[in-house]
Amino acid sequence: MFYREAGQFKSTYAADMAVFPIRQDRIGIAVILLLAFVGVPLIGNDFFTSTVMIPFLVFSLAAIGLNILTGYTGLISLGTAAFMGVGAYAAYKLTTFFPGVNIIVLVLVSGLFSAAIGVLFGLPSLRIKGFYLAVATLAAQFFLQWAFVRVPWLFNYNASGAIEVPQRLFFGIPVTGASASPETRYFVCLVLVVVLTWFASNLVHGKLGRSWMAVRDMDIAAELMGIKLLNAKLLAFAVSSFYAGVAGAMMIFFWYGGGEAADVFNIRLSFNILFMVIIGGLGSLIGSFFGAAFIASLPTILKFGLPALGVPLSGATAEHVTFMLVGALIIVFLIVEPHGLARLWQIGKQKLRTWPFPY
Amino acid sequence: MKTSKLMKGAALGALLAAGAVVAPAYAQDSVYFANNAYRTGPFSGSGIPIGDGMRDYITMINERDGGVNGVKIVYEECETGYDTKKSIECYEQAKSKNTIVYSPWSTGATLAAIPRAHIDKIPILSMAYGLSASADGTQFPWVFIPPFTYWDGASVMVKHMAAELGGMDKLKGKKLGLIHLDAPFGKEPIPVLENLAKKYGFELKIYPVAAADMQNQGSLWLSIRRDRPDYLYNQGWGAMNPTAVKEAIKNNFPINKLVGVWWAGGDDDARAGGEQAKGYKSLSWANAGTGFPVMQDILKHVVEKGKSTTPKDKVGEALYNRGVYNSMLVVEGIRNAQKLTGKKVVTAEDMRRGLESLNITEARLKEIGMDGFATPTSISCTDHSGHSKMFVAQWDGAKWIKGSDWIEPLKDEVRPLIETNAKDYAEKAGNWPKRTESCEKSS
Repeated sequence: MFYREAGQFKSTYAADMAVFPIRQDRIGIAVILLLAFVGVPLIGNDFFTSTVMIPFLVFSLAAIGLNILTGYTGLISLGTAAFMGVGAYAAYKLTTFFPGVNIIVLVLVSGLFSAAIGVLFGLPSLRIKGFYLAVATLAAQFFLQWAFVRVPWLFNYNASGAIEVPQRLFFGIPVTGASASPETRYFVCLVLVVVLTWFASNLVHGKLGRSWMAVRDMDIAAELMGIKLLNAKLLAFAVSSFYAGVAGAMMIFFWYGGGEAADVFNIRLSFNILFMVIIGGLGSLIGSFFGAAFIASLPTILKFGLPALGVPLSGATAEHVTFMLVGALIIVFLIVEPHGLARLWQIGKQKLRTWPFPY
Repeated sequence: MKTSKLMKGAALGALLAAGAVVAPAYAQDSVYFANNAYRTGPFSGSGIPIGDGMRDYITMINERDGGVNGVKIVYEECETGYDTKKSIECYEQAKSKNTIVYSPWSTGATLAAIPRAHIDKIPILSMAYGLSASADGTQFPWVFIPPFTYWDGASVMVKHMAAELGGMDKLKGKKLGLIHLDAPFGKEPIPVLENLAKKYGFELKIYPVAAADMQNQGSLWLSIRRDRPDYLYNQGWGAMNPTAVKEAIKNNFPINKLVGVWWAGGDDDARAGGEQAKGYKSLSWANAGTGFPVMQDILKHVVEKGKSTTPKDKVGEALYNRGVYNSMLVVEGIRNAQKLTGKKVVTAEDMRRGLESLNITEARLKEIGMDGFATPTSISCTDHSGHSKMFVAQWDGAKWIKGSDWIEPLKDEVRPLIETNAKDYAEKAGNWPKRTESCEKSS
């Protein structure tokens, strides 16, 4: 009824090719951005901002990164956490060497280091596919995590082997370190995620994105059409690792604020991000956000939200109940829609267009 | 890719609602104490007895005395599963509920909380774990690490080895092996052991165990067989410890030459080795068993009244008793803070003052029914650890017994290292807050 494009005529090719061709969608995006930029800081308290929203943003970005590789190019990777780690350690070393350079610039630059490592470990993808590639990327996970523990230069020879995030200012406001307020850290993450999502959206809708999808659907056919597999696959690894690296740097600098970094970027994190991509929806940017909300934020909300709402749960019981609920929900969603939450979302919108008189 | 507002808006609204309801809720005549527990996950074997001990002592104080000078302690556990990510969530919750002290219960959680706590002004009580350098009160006014640090433990290990060999001069040419969890916690003793190895001329062999290989130490023990160290120090945690004990037996390593750090001294760690684990050693500062008045009170007022989930036969295990000791430090800290401020309901800032001038003497231990139970300790403005005495506990096949006299750590070795590292930490952090809190006289 109100979600219908009747009367919206497109008079240019550009308008027809727009990412959001329907006016309601554009309004929707504006409302979401308004909520994110104004609503969350106004309504949410420190606890909500720092334990739900910041992790959600970090995981969304990491999931977008993996989605570019797995969802759009069809290459499975189990090394996402390691690539995130590369970003985190690169940002840490960079800010040690160049303490005067803006930390947000350094976080973005650290993504380039991650991209380079990603390309290196992406080389086997030219020969092997599917599960075999997944196993090859496992090597990246184990080798890099080993390096994070074993190379003391990476953590500045800290006696505890931990990263200690120093305080860095952005126009006089602390954005990292303990005195940075959750709102500041949230804003920095939000701006980075919005800009990088916009960039990713342009990438996947452009020539490069189409070549990735061609490779995903059938790489021999793509090659015959003139797509260079070497370039397409390695670029996918590079862009994916760039996103993962930036997410990793954000994770340590704007969320954790230091600590046992080597332990954070473990294989479990890689799997979690893969689950976000699968449950959210392969080959869908919005799905990455859904997946991150479902896998990363929902358990936290259940664990702390249920007791706060008066459900008599505490400590370990809350944890067990959360495990069971989230596990059950994963099964339910995968039965209802194996193509992920993004597909469910699509179906929902399609139904809404014909509502209340479906045909 | 199309997007619309309805569902996502609703989802975001739900997120907001769930977050906003997490609000402080505590009565006037009580103080709130948040404790991180890990009753789930790979380390739950150690986490459950500790959590039980902590909870039962607080319950006992509330039941028997009606709280500390009439102020009840609202004790809440936050489940971390020994995961740093979850511990950060727990820290935020503890902060939003105005906890008087934060009890991180993992080195990773402590490291993540230290910078925050200095801004949020919440004292951290990391009992014999965490960042060793935080024993320097001038740089870390908000962190307390009684009764000693991992570095003290490493020095006592060397002293114990020397005592068995017949003197510090006998250490020359001997080999000490260190099995450690390959994580910040496990690596803690390395700098002290390296210094002492240089000083006394013994050789240090290091055997790291990756967290993923905790239960798979076969190849590591092959190298141990090859190197034949005279003594082994085990800085392990969770499933790694029973595995190490089992491997030592399997490889015919003399079990009484294997000494665990205090966290490797759980009952289940030793029990895994069966009959042959008899003689396994671990450093400790609190005796096991229920033969102390305080343990009898816990049994009488808490366990037998059904106010606890602890099985009766688990009361008095080594790790349980350390939980009791940790809660005792909290309770005594509150008591001291009340005395200093004259207030009944103390805040986190009062608690910091209370902990900083905490002095648990033999006499005080006797008053609270802990005579002979644990080490006396005293904290001062500069020394946030106490570097208290410890002993070597030994497994007699069924329980832990005291296997040595009280041994004092090599404070001269440890203290300079703590001060350099603390300064280094503060420098690297950039803009580390200078201590502004004034010092208390020790009570």
